Amino acid sequence: MIEIRFHGRGGQGTVVASKILADALAKEGNFVQAYPEFGVERRGAPVFAFIRVDHQPIYDKSRIYTPDHVVVVDPTLVEAIDITEGLKDSGCIIINSPKKPEEFKFPDKFKVFTIDATDIAIRHQLGTLAAPIVNTAIVGAVVKILKLTKLESLVAAIREGVPLKQEENVRAAIEAYEKA
Amino acid sequence: MKKVIMGNHALSYGAMLSRAQVIAAYPITPQTQVVELLSEMCADGTLDAKFIKVESEHSAMAACLGASLAGARTFTATSAQGLALMHEMLHWAAGGRMPVVMGDINRAMAPGWSIWTDQNDSLSQRDTGWIQFYCSSNQEVLDTVIQAYKVSEKLMIPSMVILDAFALSHTYEVVEIPEQDKVDAYLPPFNPPYRLTPDDPHAFGGLTAPEHYMELRYKLQKDMEKVPALVEETGRDYEKMFGRYLGQVDNYLCDGAELVFVTSGTAGFTARVVVDELRAQGIKAGNLRLKLFRPFPFEQVRAILSEVPKVAVLDRNISYGHHGVFYQEVKSAMYGQSPQPAIFGFIAGLGGRDITRETFKEIADYSLKNDRPEEEIVWIGVKK
Repeated sequence: MIEIRFHGRGGQGTVVASKILADALAKEGNFVQAYPEFGVERRGAPVFAFIRVDHQPIYDKSRIYTPDHVVVVDPTLVEAIDITEGLKDSGCIIINSPKKPEEFKFPDKFKVFTIDATDIAIRHQLGTLAAPIVNTAIVGAVVKILKLTKLESLVAAIREGVPLKQEENVRAAIEAYEKA
Repeated sequence: MKKVIMGNHALSYGAMLSRAQVIAAYPITPQTQVVELLSEMCADGTLDAKFIKVESEHSAMAACLGASLAGARTFTATSAQGLALMHEMLHWAAGGRMPVVMGDINRAMAPGWSIWTDQNDSLSQRDTGWIQFYCSSNQEVLDTVIQAYKVSEKLMIPSMVILDAFALSHTYEVVEIPEQDKVDAYLPPFNPPYRLTPDDPHAFGGLTAPEHYMELRYKLQKDMEKVPALVEETGRDYEKMFGRYLGQVDNYLCDGAELVFVTSGTAGFTARVVVDELRAQGIKAGNLRLKLFRPFPFEQVRAILSEVPKVAVLDRNISYGHHGVFYQEVKSAMYGQSPQPAIFGFIAGLGGRDITRETFKEIADYSLKNDRPEEEIVWIGVKK
């Protein structure tokens, strides 16, 4: 079983990112569980979303405390909160950032990856310049780095699950997949 | 067809596939997502139903009752304070034998205000005469709505399909959505023996003098007693058509166990994982997950637990001044049985505090260490 925690801010589509990833994983016959933070969401405030995936039915219904990997949709959170809380040794940290991975100071036991999902989202005209919608780009990178599903499954999940600009979102995910 | 859907929408799909004809609802958290999707289905023609927006949950149930008397299959959903506001109408539904099916998302009662899960909202309605099903996965939620209509309409008793807030209501899982024609074959249209119609006028729910009232209650109880066998029969039929058995209880490795957890809701699935972990350590544990709570599945619970030396009941609820409700019920079911297990009562997870594998490990440690419970209620994870 693999457990992933997403960090974002309310309004960025973090919960949708986890749902798209869940859809893509389910397309390949996996069992998945995806849930938002149990509470109330506010625009701009830190939010969480979680995914469990396994080849067999998932009976554990408790929350995720020790994720295998974390995904940081909003890079300002790296300074604001402890995004490594509970993260397992040798877990991956995937950050939406134009910086290089080595520019982030994390213990050596973690593997850091970066993808400039904001730039990709803006170039594919997803959201606005001030509030780009980066979720499909970041999931493209996550799928590549964690080798969770085939790109085709993600593309199909985006086409079915994203309400607007499906093709722009698909292209953003593919670009992030290729760059990651 | 498999889809990744949240528990709220599993209720919506269940109502849609059951071809609910009247849906009445008051839009308040969390029920918006249940009826939000249903309102979209009504608007785009996916579901041929009348959607009635009302000004309170009390009116939502009242609207369902009127429609049910007119012969319509009805659905609504609510939670916590909303369910409490319906209380008077819940008695009307059961006492008047109107087979409404309702989704209840288990949320803690205010004050303090809470949107998180516990079972006190639905268990406070225990004695209203409704059938209560507690579900542990989104698949079970969808399947149980369909089964609930079958059971309710056969006996003319309403049903509540209950799921934990967030842990199911807002959690996405893979759900097999049954084909409509197969559901139609399983669940024929609602055809009540009496109905409100201008062609054949009747009055319902009128003044009932002492010479008749008691017989109405006797008949309701007698029909309630038929529910367990009917759940068994309809659950087996469901399995034949859809491959998933829907029983009164879920017996996981209880036979020959030294310790059995008695659980419900999502905690009932987490307990299963701990049973596997304990067995890997050589402890013969089992998990009896209660799905049907009203009527209480006496026969199956007695048959399973009378062979077990120790029983640990988990309650995500409390009856103040007494114990957890499931603990009371299990003790009452086992009274006078021979042999009789040592029964331990644990309370955990009130107001949405998480119930984890650790919770069940603590429960197992306590139950294995003590011959008898040292306290009437053992609280897990409370700051005393």
